[in-house]
Amino acid sequence: MITLACQIAIGVIGLSLLFNVYRLVAGPDVLDRILALDTMTVNAIALIVVVAMFFEAPVYFEAALLFAMVGFLTTVSFCKYLLRGNVIE
Amino acid sequence: MAIVAEFLIAALILVGAFFLLVGSFALAKLPDMMRRLHGPTKSTTLGIGSILIASMIFAVAVRGSLSLHELLITLFIFLTAPVTAFMISKAHILRDKRERANLPPTGTTNGWATLDAPTPTEEPARAESR
Repeated sequence: MITLACQIAIGVIGLSLLFNVYRLVAGPDVLDRILALDTMTVNAIALIVVVAMFFEAPVYFEAALLFAMVGFLTTVSFCKYLLRGNVIE
Repeated sequence: MAIVAEFLIAALILVGAFFLLVGSFALAKLPDMMRRLHGPTKSTTLGIGSILIASMIFAVAVRGSLSLHELLITLFIFLTAPVTAFMISKAHILRDKRERANLPPTGTTNGWATLDAPTPTEEPARAESR
């Protein structure tokens, strides 16, 4: 039953990644694209965790943690660049 | 015990996937930037928290070992999601001049409170001019 739930969840998270790709392509402003990228990293973390449960392998958690950190850093530095015109002043 | 844990893990995975889908659909569907910000910051955070709780129960019940990586990811995401939402909304406020022109009139000189100068000496003068 966990395998079936993981398969359904992988499909649903793939669909939500497709929604994020739509917003990333069609976003009218650059901030919509930044928000779509941030949501995409969160969805990627969820996909990594569900795939790790599906294959019963604990190796993927470092990848999920790296995705969380890099996603946060990229979003904040994009917004900082838009606010100040510079990342590190 | 095992069947209860299995039901719980499957339900948590499905709930988390549902909330991730709701957040991403709100990001694709809603018409405005400020309204679009609600979906990813609240619903997606709830979804990924549910999936990480399912992963922790899975590590205890199926593999038989306690796993604390998920707690670290949960803590990091729950700390950083409000910060990213705040940064995106602040960048949107400071960039969008057309949006600022359509705001209803307030008692201050600017439409958004974050655009006012943070000096406390302005407070009585603003109250008099109103």
